[in-house]
Amino acid sequence: MSLLRVENLCASYGASQALFGVNFTLAEGEVLALMGRNGMGKTTTVKAICRMIPSTGTVQFAGQDLHRLPSFRAARLGLGLVPEGRRCFASLSVAENLIAAARPGPWTTARVCAFLPRLGERMGQRAASLSGGEQQMLAIGRALMTNPRLLILDEATEGLAPLIRAEIWATIAALKRESGMAILLIDKSIRELAQVADSAAIIARGKTVWSGAMADLSADVSEQYVGV
Amino acid sequence: MIRESYLNAALLAGLLAVPLYALVVDEPFTITLATRAAILALAAVGLNIALGWGGLVSFGHAAFFGIGGYSMGILAFHAQNFVPLDLGIMVFDGTKSMPIIWLVAVLASALAALLIGLLSLRTSGVYFIMITLAFAQMFYYFAISWARYGGEDGIPIYVRNDFPGLNTLVPIQFFGICFVALLLALWLNARLVASPFGLALNAARQVPVRVQTVGLDPTRLKLVAFVMSGAITGLAGALFADLNRFVSPSMFSWHLSGELIVLIILGGVGRLMGPVLGAVMFVALEHWLGGLTTHWHIALGAILLGVVLFARGGLIGLLCGPRGQT
Repeated sequence: MSLLRVENLCASYGASQALFGVNFTLAEGEVLALMGRNGMGKTTTVKAICRMIPSTGTVQFAGQDLHRLPSFRAARLGLGLVPEGRRCFASLSVAENLIAAARPGPWTTARVCAFLPRLGERMGQRAASLSGGEQQMLAIGRALMTNPRLLILDEATEGLAPLIRAEIWATIAALKRESGMAILLIDKSIRELAQVADSAAIIARGKTVWSGAMADLSADVSEQYVGV
Repeated sequence: MIRESYLNAALLAGLLAVPLYALVVDEPFTITLATRAAILALAAVGLNIALGWGGLVSFGHAAFFGIGGYSMGILAFHAQNFVPLDLGIMVFDGTKSMPIIWLVAVLASALAALLIGLLSLRTSGVYFIMITLAFAQMFYYFAISWARYGGEDGIPIYVRNDFPGLNTLVPIQFFGICFVALLLALWLNARLVASPFGLALNAARQVPVRVQTVGLDPTRLKLVAFVMSGAITGLAGALFADLNRFVSPSMFSWHLSGELIVLIILGGVGRLMGPVLGAVMFVALEHWLGGLTTHWHIALGAILLGVVLFARGGLIGLLCGPRGQT
């Protein structure tokens, strides 16, 4: 049975409709890449899944319909979001950011620090004083502290230096390898996505236009809908 | 810059030293002033939990202060006049025992904070300010029209209530009670801020949407903070009524809500000892400037303007640097 099933998802910002029917499913332990050009609705899809904006259609997670839940309840079911733009709790220290989000489970402060050593070195430092890459690590660590069943990474490598990006991709690969956690990835680096993702869904103009195994994604399709 | 913990210790030592010195030189009125400062500080420590850490600008904390005051007033009124208090389901003789009065004051104000919070927290920003003000005003006008308990004239309490083992009419002993209450509230506040709940509350103030995505309900966090805040302010109200041996609707007035906010802004919003420094300054100014001119509020206003314009983080921010760095 799939962990996350999104069917005919539609969402609007006020009068302007942004999603016109997004469909995909994600199985336990699967890594899915949600692809598409800028402004096509990737982040909106994630916001609708996490109940941060109203939507219609089906969003089923772990057998439960998310549509009636407020976003914090959806999060408690096991949706761990690493939001676009990182958004750490600026005035709290690294340790406090982690503790504030903590929910019981295998991911503890100690495990997160062992997994993301950069954070372990800066536990007492305020989140606002971290570099962009470190803040991204903190956002990932904070999401892990909620012990999610599905980790959603929205543009986790955006605006970061190549070396840091490589580090984050390595982190995602390690997470897949070591924890077997389901991951939903939004990113623009097709090459890196191809290496880590099992499957892909492509969104264009608020609709899913292609979905399937990553290996089946032809150069033509990716050129047409994602390509640069 | 001074380390905030040193300043905090010095402030508490100072607040303790003044009445002790006054005791030695036999100036009981100074002890009463220090008691007043400690009680106002306690009320503002309560408000600071909602305002400083929860980001909830409550302009209605006089409601809880007054509920605490009237809890004391009503219980002591029935005890001193030997008129049983008929609650419908049970008849109660009233009491002059401070611990029982405090318990009632804390529970009543916590219950009021829960109900007010449930409704008010649906709003935010200026609407939250206005709705909390409206609730406090409802209590104010209710108290004025409550003829059974003195209406506008309030309730005089002839003898201060009892605390086991102490003579509460001795000013320094009553100061001791208030000072210990303040210390306990500050300890609770410090523990709260460092706890996972406090961290989550802090985060909820900064980015409510983000807090939801890690599975926390910001409204619930704020409601819990608001209830704790109201309960502490209610306790302060009961002590304040005992200090004056008098309860009146003015304890519910919006001036008082405003003063509590002023105390916190003067001292430092979201700083542990901000309310204490603010309350000490406020009482000192009220006493000395008030002795020189009846228009002492003008000077207070000028100081408040200065603090708001030039000292972000209040006087503690000025002395110890921005929040979270010490």
